[in-house]
Amino acid sequence: MAAAMNGDNNLQVKDLQISFTTYAGEVQAVRGVSFDLRRGETLAIVGESGSGKTVTAKSLMRLLPEANTLIKGGEAIFEGQDLLKLSEQRMQKIRGSKIAMVFQDPMTSLDPTMRVGKQIAESLKKHLGLSGQRAKERAVELLTLVGIPNPEDRVKQYPHQFSGGMRQRVVIAIALACDPQILIADEPTTALDVTIQAQILELLRELQEQLGMSVILITHDLGVVAHTAHRVAVMYAGKVVETGTLREIFYNPQMPYTWGLLASIPLPTADRSQELIPIPGSPPDMLDPPKGCPFTARCPYSMRICADEMPEYTTFSREHKAACWLHHPMAPNVEPPVRVGGAR
Amino acid sequence: MTEQSPNGNGRALLEVKDLKKYFRVGREALKAVDGISVEIKKGETLGLVGESGCGKTTVGRVLVRLYEPSGGEIFYNGDDITKVKGQDTKRLHRKMQMIFQDPQASLNPRMVIGDSIAEGIDIHGLARDKRERLERVHELLETVGLNKEHANRYPHEFSGGQRQRIGVARALAVDPEFIVADEPVSALDVSIQAQVINLMRRLQEERSLTYLFISHDLSVVKYISDRIGVMYLGQLVEMADSDELYENPLHPYTRALLSAVPVPDPDYETERERTVLQGDLPSPVNPPSGCRFRTRCPQAVEAAAHVEPEWREIKPGHWIQACPCFA
Repeated sequence: MAAAMNGDNNLQVKDLQISFTTYAGEVQAVRGVSFDLRRGETLAIVGESGSGKTVTAKSLMRLLPEANTLIKGGEAIFEGQDLLKLSEQRMQKIRGSKIAMVFQDPMTSLDPTMRVGKQIAESLKKHLGLSGQRAKERAVELLTLVGIPNPEDRVKQYPHQFSGGMRQRVVIAIALACDPQILIADEPTTALDVTIQAQILELLRELQEQLGMSVILITHDLGVVAHTAHRVAVMYAGKVVETGTLREIFYNPQMPYTWGLLASIPLPTADRSQELIPIPGSPPDMLDPPKGCPFTARCPYSMRICADEMPEYTTFSREHKAACWLHHPMAPNVEPPVRVGGAR
Repeated sequence: MTEQSPNGNGRALLEVKDLKKYFRVGREALKAVDGISVEIKKGETLGLVGESGCGKTTVGRVLVRLYEPSGGEIFYNGDDITKVKGQDTKRLHRKMQMIFQDPQASLNPRMVIGDSIAEGIDIHGLARDKRERLERVHELLETVGLNKEHANRYPHEFSGGQRQRIGVARALAVDPEFIVADEPVSALDVSIQAQVINLMRRLQEERSLTYLFISHDLSVVKYISDRIGVMYLGQLVEMADSDELYENPLHPYTRALLSAVPVPDPDYETERERTVLQGDLPSPVNPPSGCRFRTRCPQAVEAAAHVEPEWREIKPGHWIQACPCFA
């Protein structure tokens, strides 16, 4: 963990703004997201569906559909260049090689008609210029690295001959093929069973230590976050509402949405007679997002100013900041719900 | 059970004996459920957990008679319902309802939700006239935390959490005693999950419902269930009161399953020891002989392959599939 903290930045995202044009109007999916990714760390981006976490990740890989995506502003600096402004040709040199991505559903990210070995060798030949024979050998090495037994036989098989967990290992092998500096994992274990999830999370953690890459982990599962991440960014309605180290977010959260998230999940260690504290209502419509803090309508502590103006970030430590009016000097003093911080 | 669980008065509403459900796959049989015996007491919540493919959904579906069982008996209030036919089936269906995982797929997109909810009322003739039917729909909507104005809207106009509330209202429409909830909150965001779980708990108290709660999410199951059964490859491997199961798991599979669940607490996560299971679930078409878990079991002994493990109560209320590896 210490190694993860002192590294310099690998990626800097500043004020990212992305909208989609639809028949109904402009959906403002990401509204000013900024974060840094340090070398060798795992940054978890958490939030509910529709909070903009996947859109943020896909925009870094330039995987959003060009026809209806509007990049309205911001930059993503990687190796001194802005990923959002690169030509498609130059982006192809980075995508899948220096920055790789693992998606939620391993079945849809593999080609069902192509042998697994060939799918891994593809990027080796394209990005690293390996010969066919050498690429095949490397494919076997990669399958060994991700813990697939009998790799020599397995490279000749098709995806349907693999189980879900094994398929996700193949997808990870493909992502790791070119030794990426950044791995973006979008809900990598959501489609898997817990025992398989444990295997994949363990694998990702080992690989990260071994290969020293930075990981952006996108997930809605706070358990997975607690297990894997060094730092956390909490997203809500297209904005990062709180960010901090793992411990800061779990034990000293400073924003009612983060409180709500933590209080609404049942802990296996918790007392069953205690009611869960749900977050009332549902997230705002991103066709017409509120101009103030987007959480206002669901927030039990909301004040008049919350609906009118988006709060600035308040900084609590080197890493920890949150956007909430409760931290304004004139705001009333509010105690977070009991369970937060005293999770055990 | 000697100790009373908080819910449940001790009388069995449902008694399942050696239940089997095989599906034909080509020339072979897929043994989705292979000999399960369990009692569900009136007013309690029995949780059923296990990995995908372990047969938990099939158990739920057989119990509400969506599937015909291939073997075994199911007693509901003392009557064997596997033999029920005709009009009696209809009467039975009124007492047992199901809530499905995907609220989007379980509602007809071309029907306003008022009509979807009223389907059961119509089938069972529970309303004398249109006014009473409408009143009941409105009442149900309010019970699950929606407005009566919502009755004229279509499913796509609702969010996932609201749709699941509609699913709950639909199940309640016929005033059932027993509800099988198959992964009812798995498709929902965490903040919405809690709303639906609290709703289900409240309804259980108000209407003394009995639940079979099927889920792969062990934290949610523990939170809502009085007792929990753990399934592996079509069989129950352990069953106990929820707290007992979490504090004192005996079967190696239960232990591995519990240790695999990531807990949203960083300190707990760094300190805990994990048993990471090797390999995947074997095929239910050709399950391993003897103890089915032996191919992945960290403490398997050779004898496990030859001895069919016995389902027995090792202390009051705590049942286990006793296999030679640890018995």
